[in-house]
Amino acid sequence: MEFRRKDLLGIAELAPEEIRHILDTAASLKEISARPIKKVPTLRGKTVVTVFYEPSTRTRMSFEIAAKRLSADTLNLTVAASSAVKGETLSDTAYNLEAMQPDPLVIRHPASGAPHYLARRLKCGVINAGDGLHEHPTQALLDLLTVEEAKGKLSGLKVAIIGDIAHSRVARSDIQAFAKMGSQVTVAGPATMLPPYLESLGARVTCSLEEAVVGADVIMMLRLQLERMGQMFLSTLREYSRYFGLAPQHLELAQPDVIIMHPGPLNRGVEISPEVADGVHSVILEQVTNGVAVRMAMLYLLIGGEKA
Amino acid sequence: MILLIQGGLVVDPAQNLDAPRDLLIDDGKIAALEAPGTIPADGRRVIAAQNLVVTPGLIDMHVHLREPGEEYKETILTGTRAAVAGGFTAVAAMPNTYPVNDNTSVTRFILEAARAAGLARVYPVGAISMGSLGQKLSEYGDQKEAGVVALSDDGRPVMNPLLMRRALEYARTFNLPLIAHEEDLDLGGHGAMHEGRVSLELGLRGIPSAAEESMIFRDLALLQLTGGRLHIAHVSAFGSIALIRTAKAAGLTVTAETAPHYFSLTDEAVYGYDTNAKVKPPLRTAEDVAAIKEALRDGTLDVIACDHAPHTSLEKDVEFEEAAFGLIGLETSLGLSLKLVHDGFLSLSQLVAKMSTNPARILGIPGGTLATGAVADVTLMDLNRTWQVDASTFASKSRNCPFHGWTLRGKAVMTIVEGRVVWEEK
Repeated sequence: MEFRRKDLLGIAELAPEEIRHILDTAASLKEISARPIKKVPTLRGKTVVTVFYEPSTRTRMSFEIAAKRLSADTLNLTVAASSAVKGETLSDTAYNLEAMQPDPLVIRHPASGAPHYLARRLKCGVINAGDGLHEHPTQALLDLLTVEEAKGKLSGLKVAIIGDIAHSRVARSDIQAFAKMGSQVTVAGPATMLPPYLESLGARVTCSLEEAVVGADVIMMLRLQLERMGQMFLSTLREYSRYFGLAPQHLELAQPDVIIMHPGPLNRGVEISPEVADGVHSVILEQVTNGVAVRMAMLYLLIGGEKA
Repeated sequence: MILLIQGGLVVDPAQNLDAPRDLLIDDGKIAALEAPGTIPADGRRVIAAQNLVVTPGLIDMHVHLREPGEEYKETILTGTRAAVAGGFTAVAAMPNTYPVNDNTSVTRFILEAARAAGLARVYPVGAISMGSLGQKLSEYGDQKEAGVVALSDDGRPVMNPLLMRRALEYARTFNLPLIAHEEDLDLGGHGAMHEGRVSLELGLRGIPSAAEESMIFRDLALLQLTGGRLHIAHVSAFGSIALIRTAKAAGLTVTAETAPHYFSLTDEAVYGYDTNAKVKPPLRTAEDVAAIKEALRDGTLDVIACDHAPHTSLEKDVEFEEAAFGLIGLETSLGLSLKLVHDGFLSLSQLVAKMSTNPARILGIPGGTLATGAVADVTLMDLNRTWQVDASTFASKSRNCPFHGWTLRGKAVMTIVEGRVVWEEK
């Protein structure tokens, strides 16, 4: 199969076959990172530019490592050092970057739709590394890869996603990604953090963590953004942790081989207890490893391979 | 100048008239309205209107002309050019200019600029509160003497219920209607679009319908307490309709308007993050659109006004959440509204009432009828002219139109203000 897209903007527009192709590509590229010399020449002469308007360590580094393992040159623009603080518009910044002829532009931006805005205007490819509350497609793809490695399949699995669904681009991408690959998704959290119409994305909705994790093959905990406390979404951290924090006793309700995931960074003791985060069911660090593989696959599919 | 408009279908709800008539205009007034062929031409300028509809001049009671202060978006000249090109002989200009029109100097400036433009009549709307800051009442008596026809803090809703109560009472003192932008800013303040399925998919913060409904309920309760006249601007939500309908049945002196985009578009217009579909109140769902149409039919909504809100690429060619709210409508309002007639939702007479007779009555301004002796503000329209919306050809300075490329049926072909042809289609 040929991957014909110019951009990766979201899971919403991907067909299940395209997701399958990305996952297979990622699985085949993963062994490069296990070699003593972790580099292949595939993208030599290509330039990957990452533009981050929000702080990020993991995602930005993951893209950078992915690009370097494929021999692409990388250049990182972060907001503090950029022109945004001087009042330059997003499109002017993007046109200026494009004038330096990058191959794809990897962008993270606090405004939902910002990558779509750029993709419509730029000739180069755009990869969404997280836009506002909207999507974080490479995170969902690495989550799929991690689950598939652990379970050998995606279809028919029971996946519970717990926490602040309303403000989570990871949740929006994950719900759609797992639903498209045939998993059964249940989301849970306090009703203040469960926006209406979640069912239309393909999820079952409950306010009970216990109900969500019964029989689960996968439990995905979301990071609680602590600034939500001041915005009337929650009463106290203590109460949130009591009702929506994942603790060892919850794992007894799930499948015996349940895996525990988290997109990071963790609030230990808030949404996840240290025992669970570090326990045998946790695949949180495999997620990080697979993040590199998935981003290698995306770069390869968008700017390498048949299009080289 | 003396004009004779011959043989048009005259639709004038104020006289309950919907029949072919000849219309004689003399000295800026309607001089005669007679059966076709009964007024001799006698060398007067004759306008053959046999295939046209002749209505009292259309009045849009909710526009933003941006002058003074934001002349790069629109001026009184370009805004009134857009008005007459859309068939409007009069517009009411909202006070959210820079400076805010909360005083007689700005009102006089607007009236003078409108006179100099010599196109549509411009009726300034004064601010409810000083600077539209929602803290102190502005000077309603002075403003009325200078020429304001209503009061509104449009775009910056009055959040303090005590101030709103006092405003209703103080406006009653001077017999001015209050035009309320109904939005609870605490509930919807950070939202960029309607809160629903589409906002969830797009990851955009929502403005729930409850932000409009709860404020309408508050203001109706205050109106019951105070008396006076309340006009509810740009109604968009299903639940608002039921509140207004109930209040009218109970005899409250409330009137209400909607805008063409609230019966022509849903929140799905935002897909692709189209900033021209970003407007307040937000575009809502098919269920809301159906309720708005029904409320136009049954009279719960008295007025169609377009909330013409010009913005340039500086405000619109940006990330969706950064973009300004608002879209332009003067040049598409009639064409979009005529669809309700073509689709059988409204009679032509009902439509003319909502676009001319009722706004004139609510604002207490001349026009709204073609009765003998009335001002000769007249719109001629061709109901069956099919045309394509091309924002690049608009008379307005701005291009923020979500209807670009649409095919519409029906448009104004001539606009007459005080007996002068101020615009006609080439």
